[in-house]
Amino acid sequence: MPHELAEIFKSYQAEKGAVIPLLQKVQENLGYLSKEAISEIAKFSGISESEVFGVASFYAQFRFTPRGEHSLKVCLGTACHVRGGSNILETVERELGVQPGGTTSDYKFSLERVACFGCCALAPVMVVDKDVHGRMTTTKVKDILGKY
Amino acid sequence: MTFEEIEKKALLEWRVLEQVEKPCLLVGAATCGRSAGALAVIDAINKTLKEFNIEAKVIQVGCIGLCYAEPMVDIIKPGRPRISYGNLTPEIVSQLIEDYLIKDNTRPDLALGYIGDGRVDGIPALFDLPVLKPQVRIVLRNCGFIDPENINHYVANDGYKGLVRALKMEPEAIIQEIKKSGLRGRGGAGFPTWLKWDICRRELSPEKYIICNADEGDPGAFMNRSLLEGDPHSVLEGMVIGAYAIGANQGYIYCRAEYPLALERLNIALPQMEEYGFVGDNILGSGFNFHIKIKEGAGAFVCGEETALMASIEGKRGMPRARPPFPAQSGLWGKPTNINNVETWANVAVILEKGGEWYAQYGTETSKGSKTFALVGKVERTGLIEVPLGIKLGEVIYEVAGGILKGKQFKAVQTGGPSGGCLPVNLLDLPVDYESLTDAGSIMGSGGMIVMDEDTCVVDIAEYFLSFTQAESCGKCVPCRVGTKQMLNILERISKGEGKLEDIEQLERLANTVKSGSLCGLGQTAPNPVLTTIRYFRSEYEEHINKKRCPALVCRKLISFYILPDKCAGCMICLRNCPVEAIRGGKRLIHVIDQDKCIECGTCLDVCPKRFSAVVKVSGVKIEVPREPILVKGS
Repeated sequence: MPHELAEIFKSYQAEKGAVIPLLQKVQENLGYLSKEAISEIAKFSGISESEVFGVASFYAQFRFTPRGEHSLKVCLGTACHVRGGSNILETVERELGVQPGGTTSDYKFSLERVACFGCCALAPVMVVDKDVHGRMTTTKVKDILGKY
Repeated sequence: MTFEEIEKKALLEWRVLEQVEKPCLLVGAATCGRSAGALAVIDAINKTLKEFNIEAKVIQVGCIGLCYAEPMVDIIKPGRPRISYGNLTPEIVSQLIEDYLIKDNTRPDLALGYIGDGRVDGIPALFDLPVLKPQVRIVLRNCGFIDPENINHYVANDGYKGLVRALKMEPEAIIQEIKKSGLRGRGGAGFPTWLKWDICRRELSPEKYIICNADEGDPGAFMNRSLLEGDPHSVLEGMVIGAYAIGANQGYIYCRAEYPLALERLNIALPQMEEYGFVGDNILGSGFNFHIKIKEGAGAFVCGEETALMASIEGKRGMPRARPPFPAQSGLWGKPTNINNVETWANVAVILEKGGEWYAQYGTETSKGSKTFALVGKVERTGLIEVPLGIKLGEVIYEVAGGILKGKQFKAVQTGGPSGGCLPVNLLDLPVDYESLTDAGSIMGSGGMIVMDEDTCVVDIAEYFLSFTQAESCGKCVPCRVGTKQMLNILERISKGEGKLEDIEQLERLANTVKSGSLCGLGQTAPNPVLTTIRYFRSEYEEHINKKRCPALVCRKLISFYILPDKCAGCMICLRNCPVEAIRGGKRLIHVIDQDKCIECGTCLDVCPKRFSAVVKVSGVKIEVPREPILVKGS
């Protein structure tokens, strides 16, 4: 077992129902959930691999492929939708040449659409890593992408 | 430390802040403030203070709810009431510091209002502003005023007094106090809180759990985020009181992972509580033990449903199950469990401190107290508000929110998120309470309130919400899994102009099946946006179907863009900005849009200079324009 997984598992010994926190912690460390990681989590938790994968694939947070350097999320919550969020997403898709869920070929950006960030008053919103960009316009997209 | 000693220490710290000898700057730095640029404003403040060698305290506070005025900074200067400034930028705030702190110019042009005793010339009292005057701030009492990372600020503002009182009471008496308050579940369903507690309390089990549902997933709603970021202790205090009344020794907060700052604030607040003995073993010497664990959600909307949420805490797929047995009998790990929403918990602490009767003075006969709403969409003043229940919808939209953006016409207000409905203009007199909203076909929900103007298409909105619930359906019940998909197919057809007249009836039939055949609230309420838009805006559906026309000019397949030849000046701006190269033309040539290539993104309309206004958007009509670029008239 890779050393970093063993380290993570240590703090979840004897915790009931720790599969989800484990998956979160592993993803946080590795960037995504590899086949091996799922198999190790299954062994550690004493449940089958298919069960672990079943849980992981149920939740939107978990990813099974390596991600780009920056995560780019475009909000399509109600407020963002009403104020033109889908235009922002389309512009980003065009600029990066990827669809939501995809990663650019240079592994610079991974694009996702999310249902709501909860900063609806600033709609439409786009988030790069931890930077929230509010009151977005299609013309602002290129400038912002250029900063990363 | 006894509570009296803690209180004394806290008050001392708070008073230093209030009766300052050196100025104090409080920056609204919740998620919304930060995305508006609050962190850059803080940097500018620190730089300017250093530059002018001013000694001052800079504190990050939560959100007061005036999101339209973010980033906001409050300044307390010795001898003056606290003044709130809004719409700041790093440049403006530097100038403000120089003007106010050095030259003693209060800059009324930048000020929103003052808070507290005294007066400031040229600046109104903040709470007299139309946006704040109709509000009753119970849950949000501390948001934006205290440092959420400092428990002493909370204690100094009557925090944990409710807990101290509760611990001296019998559990039954606490439940009676909640009963007197008339508090109902703020997660949306409106079940009487006291009854929920009482059922769980009566269960005989050595192990019981309580849960705080902070999985706020409705798109367009951020009440719980703001509260957890701005005043986490108010929620935690309520949980300890509830646990004592019910007899639970373990609690969980299930908070969505998309709220990193809320999680951070909770993780700071819990150890502070432990240190003061407000949580843990033998709480404040009462012999009562209670521990709280924070669980991060993993991005599934359905986990806001209580049985799905519990499955998720247990480490399973978050799928709802049939009730009974109710969580109060058999919940988390099969033990009696009481689950309440963030806002419900935050109300508990105040009710215990001030009494149930005090709380019940607000609201209507059946809906007592106040409710927070995330007021967003096409209004002048977006933000987080807290109003007494029973207030009229129109009052919220026209007084608190200042009416529709850019003077446009109001069309509909959507309450309750994807589970709620769209209410039209003739319901603006409707009181905001649980029963009235349900009768109108919507729901109270957790507090999303999205205002739509004439430029919003109801078919598009119905399609939007349904695509959300359809994607978030966990797939357990066939009517929800398949029914929402079928409804979505029909809506997509209508918005493309391929609808048939019988589609409307078919939608209604499917909607009723999904409503009655689904196990949990997600499926039972998913058709509401469709049903209410058909009920109140049927003619718009018919126009999409019969005339292939979208009256709000939103549905892309039904709209076209044209460049008017007598207005186009041949400036080439639209040509350069068109993402799909659908515009032909040249310098001093009238531009032409190739309708086959056009993707109806609207960029040309946005970028065409106002003085020309040559681009128009139409639906259901064709405009005669030249086929090829020709010379601009007079050139």
